Amino acid sequence: MTTVARRPRDRRRVLDWVAVHSLGLALGLMFALPIVFVFLTAVMSDSQAFTEDLWPREWHWGNFLEVFEQAPLLTYLGNSLLYSGLATAGMLVSSIPAAYALAKLRWRGRNAVFMLVVGAMMLPPQVVAVPLYDTWSGLGLTGTLWPLIVPYFLFDAFSIFLLRQFILTIPQSYVDAARVDGCTEFQALARIVVPMARPGIAATALFCFLYTWNDYFGPLLYTSEKPDQWTLSLALASFKGMHHVQWNLAMAVTLLIMLPAVVLFAFAQRSFVRGITFTGVKG
Amino acid sequence: MVATLERVDAVRSAPAGGRSRSRARHRLTVLAFLAPAILGFALFFGYPLVATVWFSFTKYDLINPPEWVGWENYAYMFSDKLFRVAVYNTLWFVVVLTVARVVFALGVASVIARLKSGVGLVRTLCYLPSLAPPVAATLVFFLVMRPNEGPLDSLLGWFGIEGPLWFADPVWAKPGIAAVMLWVSGDLMIIILAAVLDVPQEQYEAASLDGAGPVRRWWHVTLPTISPVLAFGVVNSIILALQLFTQAVVAGSAASGSADVTGSTKVLGFPENSTLTFPVWLYTQGFRYFDMGYAAAMATVLFVISFAATALLVWRMRRASHQEEGG
Repeated sequence: MTTVARRPRDRRRVLDWVAVHSLGLALGLMFALPIVFVFLTAVMSDSQAFTEDLWPREWHWGNFLEVFEQAPLLTYLGNSLLYSGLATAGMLVSSIPAAYALAKLRWRGRNAVFMLVVGAMMLPPQVVAVPLYDTWSGLGLTGTLWPLIVPYFLFDAFSIFLLRQFILTIPQSYVDAARVDGCTEFQALARIVVPMARPGIAATALFCFLYTWNDYFGPLLYTSEKPDQWTLSLALASFKGMHHVQWNLAMAVTLLIMLPAVVLFAFAQRSFVRGITFTGVKG
Repeated sequence: MVATLERVDAVRSAPAGGRSRSRARHRLTVLAFLAPAILGFALFFGYPLVATVWFSFTKYDLINPPEWVGWENYAYMFSDKLFRVAVYNTLWFVVVLTVARVVFALGVASVIARLKSGVGLVRTLCYLPSLAPPVAATLVFFLVMRPNEGPLDSLLGWFGIEGPLWFADPVWAKPGIAAVMLWVSGDLMIIILAAVLDVPQEQYEAASLDGAGPVRRWWHVTLPTISPVLAFGVVNSIILALQLFTQAVVAGSAASGSADVTGSTKVLGFPENSTLTFPVWLYTQGFRYFDMGYAAAMATVLFVISFAATALLVWRMRRASHQEEGG
């Protein structure tokens, strides 16, 4: 260090390095600390969670099991998995062909249709809530998660948008070559585009799964009066109310519900980062 | 690179006659690929958009048939005091969140871009919270910012500051929600970071030769180059603020101590309606009071405003794609 910092210019460079890296460290801590507090509270005893102590006197790992006795978490988990799983599966079936048509097929009005997709993506869900609720209620399906799942089998604007962006990056020459070899458009999609777009498809599926997993407005709208249909997100919002003296348990549930996102991210970090970058509509 | 909207007109050469059959087949293929999407768009966007406007001129409680009342629902907005509160709250979030999110995400991305070691770790730490369910993220801050015994108050205590009631204080509830939104703004950070890293190195070198230091390079090279992405961040934040619902409901009901989603309507907006955003009031009117007509009128207003924001983005995308083609 002494040799490096001898000349004033080098010293400035070292100072710059130290400044930038301490700032980065501080930022990382700032984002991580809330979760650390939540974790420490989750393993405290009932009474200590009430105090201003930051560090648990005893580590009550059992809290993570006790929450399953306090609330029918497995039912909620089942509902969440049903919603997210079916929605993601339906999205893949409906959105991949649509994205292909928007990215690789030539037809009049393609740009206009793409703009409609962007418009639908930006529309606040509250705008269309009244007529949709009215319709589903007429079909007798309010009180279930089906009003949230069914649309994914037909149209999901965000997924179509994201998949289109990914498929656009596949060189047109690959698709054209498949056509020259006598492939139908469906074969070109199944044999060339889908295998090449696999990272993009994975990223889109991840976002779709997490979006539905995190969704609160949808389940609140359709299932709030049917507790046996609640998803984890919806249940968590009322957990604090039902057990509002038990900070430790509320925080244990909070951690459990965040777990899938962390696990998915750990396994598919690159998909996430790539996917996020693609939503940024560069240019 | 992304969002290139190639002009199809130039490519389409259509000799008539013998090829018309294959053209018809091509059209059928396109239609087949898009059929589910067209049906879904019509059912879940087309119809409800038209129906919302129609419902907004009616009185409808979901049980008795809708009754035409003309402009009554819109007229009622002017005498509805809570409507004005809801508009104010949502405008507050539009202004504060748009500025804070873009500036904050840009700041964090600029720091990460200059890191030489530990980039992956810091980037992960900054991004991970954005994956948390909004309900969970709000409760996390509810714990950190709980009055008196919360970690934030402990921290302030070291400096001899006594914290307010945070989410139970009408002045601090909205900033508290804004803090949650900044904590989960990692996706925007990643987008901006990618743009910052994409700035051609030669531009920095050229600026360095001209004697520009790091700050001036950032101001004169980085900022102008990534301005399209910042514009996206602005529109994205406006849309996000316009539909702010979950965080407001969860913060309000958790702070009121009675977070029963099915129960009384009194908790929404707690404290003193400071968290009563436009969508929250729309939801309350439509799905708690079952005044569907009034809710539809509010939805129509929300649609017009968010449509304007979206049109801005779409117009920008189109212009950018034309520029990319050299047009």
